[in-house]
Amino acid sequence: MSSFVQWITESMFLWKSLIILVLFAVTLGIAAYSTWAERKVAAYIQDRRGPNRAGWGGLLQPLADAGKMFFKEDFIPAKADKWLFILGPCLSMFTALMSSAVVPFGNSFLIDGKPVIVQGIEINIGILYVFGVVSLGVYGVMIGGWASNNKFSLLGAIRAASQNISYELAMGMSIIAILMMSGTLSLREITQQQHGGNWNVFYQPLGCLIFIVCAFAECNRTPFDLPECETELVGGYHTEYSSMKLGFYLFAEYINMFASSAVTACLFFGGYNYPGMDFVQSQLVAFLGDTVGHNVATLVGIGAMFTKILFGIFFFMWVRWTVPRFRYDQLMNLGWKGLIPLAVGNIVITAIALLSGYKLVGIWAGLAVMVLIISIFWSLRPKKKNAVLGA
Amino acid sequence: MQLTNRAKKTDKSEMSLFERSYLPSLATGLGITIRHFFMKKPTIEYPEQKRYLGPVFRGHHILKRDEEGRERCTACGLCAVACPAEAISMVAQERVKGEEHLYREEKYAAVYEINMLRCIFCGLCEEACPKQAVYLRHDMFVPVFSDRKDVIYGKDQLVEDMNHRYQRDAWTKEDAQKLWK
Repeated sequence: MSSFVQWITESMFLWKSLIILVLFAVTLGIAAYSTWAERKVAAYIQDRRGPNRAGWGGLLQPLADAGKMFFKEDFIPAKADKWLFILGPCLSMFTALMSSAVVPFGNSFLIDGKPVIVQGIEINIGILYVFGVVSLGVYGVMIGGWASNNKFSLLGAIRAASQNISYELAMGMSIIAILMMSGTLSLREITQQQHGGNWNVFYQPLGCLIFIVCAFAECNRTPFDLPECETELVGGYHTEYSSMKLGFYLFAEYINMFASSAVTACLFFGGYNYPGMDFVQSQLVAFLGDTVGHNVATLVGIGAMFTKILFGIFFFMWVRWTVPRFRYDQLMNLGWKGLIPLAVGNIVITAIALLSGYKLVGIWAGLAVMVLIISIFWSLRPKKKNAVLGA
Repeated sequence: MQLTNRAKKTDKSEMSLFERSYLPSLATGLGITIRHFFMKKPTIEYPEQKRYLGPVFRGHHILKRDEEGRERCTACGLCAVACPAEAISMVAQERVKGEEHLYREEKYAAVYEINMLRCIFCGLCEEACPKQAVYLRHDMFVPVFSDRKDVIYGKDQLVEDMNHRYQRDAWTKEDAQKLWK
């Protein structure tokens, strides 16, 4: 028994659990307040004020919404598959919450001279884990849509499935270029390699663009929110859902937004790195001593990470209230004929640039050549006859 | 046929590659929305903040008194007849000796009730009144009800208070603009 207690204290089990719990709570808190922020951003973009009755600035609105969701009638259609119907939103929520486990939110805290990393778990295949969990997320939507026994739900679920699969391909390929550069799958190591302003977005502008577009599609956010397209499918896969089951689906979307913003920040925008990081760290260590200085510097890094994440979430909302929804064939064209070839091209360019030894210059020159080639082919394409008379 | 010169000619020529990438128009759109994000909001937050509504706004009813404080209403019932929503009802009574300082005419309304759930604030009672007794105030709303008992307004809520006499203001355009903000 005493050896067990010793193991707990020595292996930093308690500190680790504490960090995981805090990260979990922060994820849920940010997701909850994203619903408030979404309404505020929507309102401000449309020249309105948004929710401002519940609490100061409407800050208690998420609690009120959750209360409303819990007290609504929890309806299950008579012909629905009851267990799968319940499993759907649970699965959605589960996969959404799991995906941020491997994201490094900060460097490390020194406790009793031992570093405790600010991350759920550090595994050497972090990015692979994220992709695995995210692609499981489509099961929640698919099962929910199928179990509802409603043609609109089923159509929404089919759309969601095909959309997610299509965009996962381009997303994975945009990541491959990053992996070629960094030579590791661990999100922590990828983040550390971007130390000192070497953010991947400067090396991989096209990869970053493709990744962000695919992240929008994976989160089912506008302009890719066809799975829940109200104008065509009533409510898409969650047409038959009510009460907190619906709440889980909607909440999972916001958690996914948080997770994908976090992953984007790690992969392309330097994670917890920020300009002047070494200077801040050395000053803090000089003033506060080794341990405290290091811990405070880590806190600043966590702040930088969360600034990036929150801006990412804001960007999701900003785009949502700017761009209208794609048509389904446009969505598929963009995914298969646009993003995937571009991502493949990006891989080739990155490979050539890495082999040539000039990483930064090589990639930008390669992109310029690619744009040139595409525009030459574009100008040589057969012209369409205009079918509209007099136009 | 051209009716106005406001018609905009749309460009239906094929998009260039740059336009086909959607990125320029996306950036323009994001620019427009972020500009609106930081704009001043025109909202007037109603219960806390009230705007001047003009001298002809038809709000809360009032039963006027004359300069000596006597009720002008003589319970003729023309307002009740004019009312399209049948919101007004009254009981007439004869003035007795010693009540000359309370009522202007020989007959007065002992009970005068307006059902505010029926009232549509059209102002026909105001127009019908031959004694200039009933008016719709321009400076006061009928408040929100929370109970059915609060819906019917009697004379206690309607008759003018001599300490705070009601008068319409801002009859000129300039005055109104000053109050309008």
